[in-house]
Amino acid sequence: MNPIPYHWQYLPLLIQIVVAFGLGTSMILGSRFVGRHRNSKTKLAAYECGVEAVGDARGRFSVRYYMVAMLFILFDVEAVFMMPWAVIYRKLPEITGSRFFGFWEMIVYLGFVAVGIFYIVRKGILDWSLDKADL
Amino acid sequence: MTIWWFVLWSILKVLVVTVVLLTAVAYTVLLERKVVGRIQNRWGPSRVGPFGLLQPLVDGAKLFLKEDIVPTSVYKPLYLLAPVLALGCALISIAVVPFGNPEVAPQGFRIFQISDVNIGLLVVLGITSIGVYGIALAGWSSNNKYSLMGSLRSSAQLISYELALGLSLVGVVMLAGSLNLRVIVESQAAHGLLSWNIFGGFQFVAFFIYLMAAYAETNRAPFDLPEAESELTAGYHTEYSSMKFATFFMAEYANMITVSCVATLMFFGGWTSPLGNLIGPFQNQIINAILPIFWFVLKVFFFLFLYIWVRGTLPRFRYDQLMNFGWRYLLPLAILNIVGTSLWLALKQ
Repeated sequence: MNPIPYHWQYLPLLIQIVVAFGLGTSMILGSRFVGRHRNSKTKLAAYECGVEAVGDARGRFSVRYYMVAMLFILFDVEAVFMMPWAVIYRKLPEITGSRFFGFWEMIVYLGFVAVGIFYIVRKGILDWSLDKADL
Repeated sequence: MTIWWFVLWSILKVLVVTVVLLTAVAYTVLLERKVVGRIQNRWGPSRVGPFGLLQPLVDGAKLFLKEDIVPTSVYKPLYLLAPVLALGCALISIAVVPFGNPEVAPQGFRIFQISDVNIGLLVVLGITSIGVYGIALAGWSSNNKYSLMGSLRSSAQLISYELALGLSLVGVVMLAGSLNLRVIVESQAAHGLLSWNIFGGFQFVAFFIYLMAAYAETNRAPFDLPEAESELTAGYHTEYSSMKFATFFMAEYANMITVSCVATLMFFGGWTSPLGNLIGPFQNQIINAILPIFWFVLKVFFFLFLYIWVRGTLPRFRYDQLMNFGWRYLLPLAILNIVGTSLWLALKQ
């Protein structure tokens, strides 16, 4: 028998997370103390290829980025729902007594996903180079 | 008593693996400069050390000693947090990767895998998603138009291709019936090359979807839109200098290595030998423990080389082509692959 209980396996993962972020932090901090610092007003200005920066960068940007982010949330949730099904898929015939139970279940689900994709494609959200996509 | 040994052993493993990973990152950079150099008919770095082998060390020292500039217009907390997030997330997912036969475990202490959790694949996918924050925050907090544009593009690209990436792995999960990376590899171990998921599992469509999505996920050519120099200067890390830039750079290469590891584990049988049981298992236990690592490293090296080869060969996509490709072709294709695999499995049973 394995003397290590399963839940202890999360401990090394935790250690790895601490080490990874610790390493990142120490690198950033380290370079602040090493090396010379001789600043001037021009050097600390925003770098926009030698041209003086006009205004603030945080202005308005295309709404399409926002749409993509929203679609991502929808479809990513759908993708995550598929994972438990995929894990248990080969055991489903024994559990349900039907060979195609799991398959048809997922076809119905994927059907809805496909309708969603079809809708957003027809709606023009993915037409990045056409004006009609400016919703 | 056992738990303290376990903690100590885990810390040791984490430190060794992280150091090896960082060294691998440094030498992947050298490999890339060498190979791209040869593709473009020049030598690449050849002056520092024999064959330029000491170049990564010199580069690292140079970047560390460079002046650390924090521009006046940035939002400091997030500006400093972004590179830490990027590098941290890039280094975490190696923890669940089994890079040798995990059966080699004297008294239950596994040697070749840091953390054998049942949700291994989900950890990798989840941590990769968090990596987007590093890029998004870097662009926003820099208060630079190029940075903001680059990070917006990059975030949109990453989240679009993440869907295809996640869905392409569902077929493999179905075949193995588990999210545990060790179990996934063991499900491909039976007949060597022939039982790898790419051949035996008929997952080659999934593999190509994964490969393309992975190139986009790591911001590599031909999907390196976020740092399209000719239009965006340097993209989201325009305002980052010195070690902060190096952190982003290392994060990119660490992500490449992680992605190559996952490709190896999911489609190419991980540490298993392509010859199956034709040669081995050997009498010598040390060879039995070392040989899987050799195969694993060889496969990962192949994927890293492929990355560089593709970079040296293909031109960059246009942005609308990129988004079109991800949503209109890769995503439906990944869904079709799931349908096909599930139908095949249902008929086979």
